[in-house]
Amino acid sequence: MKKLNIKLIALFLASVAVVSCDEEFENSVEDGGVYTSGEADFTKYVTVGNSLTAGFADGALYLDGQLNSYPNIIAGQMQLAGGGEFNQPLVNDNTGGLLAAGVQILPNRFVLASDGMGNAAGPAVYTGAAPTTDITNKVTGPLNNFGVPGARVFHLAAPNYGSLAGVSTGTANPYFARFSSSDGATVIGDAAAANGTFFTLWIGNNDILGYATSGGVGVDNNETGNVNPATQGNNSITNNNVFGGVYQQLVAALTANGAKGALVNIPDVTSIPFFTTVPFNAIPLDGATAAFVNQSYAQYNGAMTAYAQTPLLTQAEADARIINFTAGPNAIVILDKDLTDLPDPTQPGQFLPKLRQATADDLVVFTAATILGTLADPNNPASVIGVGVPAGDNLVLTSNEQARITAAQTAYNSTIESLALANDLAYVDARSALADVASTGVPFNGGVLTSTYATGGGFSLDAVHPTARGYAFTANAIIEAINEKYGSTLPTVNIGAYPTVQLSDQVQ
Amino acid sequence: MNKIKVFVVLCLISTFAYAGGYRVSTQSNKQLAMGHTGVAVVNSADILFFNPAGIVHLENKLNVSAGGFGVFSDVKFQNEDFGTFSETDSPTGTPVYLYATYKVTEDFAVGLGVYTPYGSSVTWPTDWSGSHLVNEIDLSAIFIQPTLSYQLFDSVSIGGGPILAIGGVSFNRNASRTLTDEEGNRSNIGIEDSGVTAWGWSAGIMFTPTDKFSLGFNYRSLINIESTEGTATFSNFPNSTLTPSNGQTGFTATLPLPAELTLGISYKLLDDKLLLAFDYNRALWSEYNSLDLEFSNGVTSINPRNYKDASTYRFGAQYAATDKLTVRAGYYFDESPVQSGYFAPETPRNDSDGYTFGLSYLVTPKLSIDGSLLFLQFQDVTESYDFYFDTGSPIAAPFEGTYKSSAFIAGLGLTYSM
Repeated sequence: MKKLNIKLIALFLASVAVVSCDEEFENSVEDGGVYTSGEADFTKYVTVGNSLTAGFADGALYLDGQLNSYPNIIAGQMQLAGGGEFNQPLVNDNTGGLLAAGVQILPNRFVLASDGMGNAAGPAVYTGAAPTTDITNKVTGPLNNFGVPGARVFHLAAPNYGSLAGVSTGTANPYFARFSSSDGATVIGDAAAANGTFFTLWIGNNDILGYATSGGVGVDNNETGNVNPATQGNNSITNNNVFGGVYQQLVAALTANGAKGALVNIPDVTSIPFFTTVPFNAIPLDGATAAFVNQSYAQYNGAMTAYAQTPLLTQAEADARIINFTAGPNAIVILDKDLTDLPDPTQPGQFLPKLRQATADDLVVFTAATILGTLADPNNPASVIGVGVPAGDNLVLTSNEQARITAAQTAYNSTIESLALANDLAYVDARSALADVASTGVPFNGGVLTSTYATGGGFSLDAVHPTARGYAFTANAIIEAINEKYGSTLPTVNIGAYPTVQLSDQVQ
Repeated sequence: MNKIKVFVVLCLISTFAYAGGYRVSTQSNKQLAMGHTGVAVVNSADILFFNPAGIVHLENKLNVSAGGFGVFSDVKFQNEDFGTFSETDSPTGTPVYLYATYKVTEDFAVGLGVYTPYGSSVTWPTDWSGSHLVNEIDLSAIFIQPTLSYQLFDSVSIGGGPILAIGGVSFNRNASRTLTDEEGNRSNIGIEDSGVTAWGWSAGIMFTPTDKFSLGFNYRSLINIESTEGTATFSNFPNSTLTPSNGQTGFTATLPLPAELTLGISYKLLDDKLLLAFDYNRALWSEYNSLDLEFSNGVTSINPRNYKDASTYRFGAQYAATDKLTVRAGYYFDESPVQSGYFAPETPRNDSDGYTFGLSYLVTPKLSIDGSLLFLQFQDVTESYDFYFDTGSPIAAPFEGTYKSSAFIAGLGLTYSM
């Protein structure tokens, strides 16, 4: 009987063992049982680019922005398919802003302030904590992210771009100076030395963006034919041949060790709220004021009508330059340097101002929001900017200026696409992806991502750079292109889990 | 004979005690070892919980039993679309019970029971991908039940008594999927209340046509734990009038502890050495429509639950192997009250199979030690909670993923009678 009991207890225990096993998923995400890298090798991912690659947002580079940079998001997904650790030149804090030897050289981030009564007021510079990242404290240790805010294509191959001494003289970049391997180092040289097994390259945005955000006051180096990288000014459009030549060098450097990768193209400037937020016709007038303003343009309008009868001015341009305000919302008056020079009939030797009213084809820059409608001369009520006084050239990106940008962008993108093809790399059409966000919006788990300023979720408060959610969307587009090219199965991320704009009333 | 014993052992591989939702069926070591059957099983003072009508059937004048359990549970979550995964690190639950009965006359008995039939303790990693639904939850309720039992006829007894429930809750979750303070810390809301009291009742009837066969029925009423005195803590909200302020505030919430009815039978054979039992439980979870939190600072949180009534089918057996040793085993199938689309990670339980084992050893003629084990098995389930909305968004943000739960309970108790 005793013996039987022991056997029964043994049977119990055996049964216990049978029913108590197996607490694991059949295909465990955590244990790497779900995703594959295909023909790619994600062991060491290296990324090169500008502010977008760095995770810049809200007008600053801050810690959470970097942690939500698209490369860091992609690297996180790669880690589910054999990817290794991913190091970024992290700043110290979420204030943003940079110091050089204790002196602040770049401003803090923007936050969305309220009016103190529960309504959103607008972007404001965060002052809740002092910036603590000093560029003289060099970042040490191996890096994977070589995104340098402000960099144009040729900057990546420019020696001394990371020289601390050059920051104060304007010849070097403070962000790169933080982590350059030496004063003379190039971004691409440092990135190539990291010897990645996989890379992404997204560069060229600033090569048109500087011209665009300055309202087209700069030079189009394609028009001037300037092919010297050293003299492509800050507000200029980079020459297409300069772009193509340097871009090819960058790809060659990153693929020299046989690494696979993805090249990301350049989105339209019209995808960003910097150019789509301020309307061209925001200024409402009543009938009396409109009539009063029209009087002040009567002489100018008369001249246009007269010139239209001469070979100096086409009827079409004359029509476009006739200024007429009516009761209700009115298009702003702008200076357009692409208009025809016309001698001033009343003042020999002088030219008429190149004025016209903006149309829906003109893009008013975001920074004009705080300028339009204010008085150019505080003592002159008739000097309302955009009405009695034209909005400056720097406040409007005219359709001619946009055409120059689009021409360069198209050339850049065709360079990028052909180099992707030639080097058997993935080509990421960020242009289409972000155009979708701007036009119809992109549905996600919990909402629709749009480019509407502050509320659309896609763009941060500087109106140029994505939010973390926008970066996550970008990361997904890149992941999908990588999967398609290399047969990998990296999962995308849930963009609804990534934050948008930061609320705070701790502001200036 | 041996074959029968082996068969019995295998049949009795029964399981343990989670009954979906936040009901934890661990009210007796003896009965848990038999699949937590018991509405028609007169073993010990534990019958007070299972069927108040049964205490008059206990042979001894005084019966006392007490015990406790360790509940070790684990839930793994993953979402293959996004590559996210998390695993709970829940504290060990410790349900306990104490029953005492006293036979006043041959057909009249009184008793007192203290037990913890509801509880849930789930701790996810802070800020995990479902943290907007729950970071951590801890529910507990102690029931105190004075009981009377009366032998109405030779074959029919009745019993019942009021229940004083004392409940407590602590619950913590992030304010949304993305809201943070200026330093990037996730904005968080925690609530805490304890010592909330409410009244209910239990009543039962037991039919014993022969000394081998028993049939029992028990009903325990709905008890609503209404929390009005607790504290809610808002933390890590940004310094902005667009969001609630940090600090403490009051809240109100109601958590139903649903009514439960049980119908069961037991049958003795092999010279009364073997007892087989079957219970059918029906928990009236449909009472749990929504978890609504109303905070004193004006914030409201409506969380649809829409539970459905759920059944549990329990099978148990015990075999008196020797004069001193009794072995037990059981199985139950536990239907989850959670409906598709309402699968929230605070009680991430789908249908489960419970396998239970246990034994009692008679140390002295009056005192026995009771041990029990329960293994609860869940299938992988891919489910979602579809009723979360980001602030201001009209579009729901379902939280979906695959859950793999497991639970193990071990218990130890003492039974004393004289």
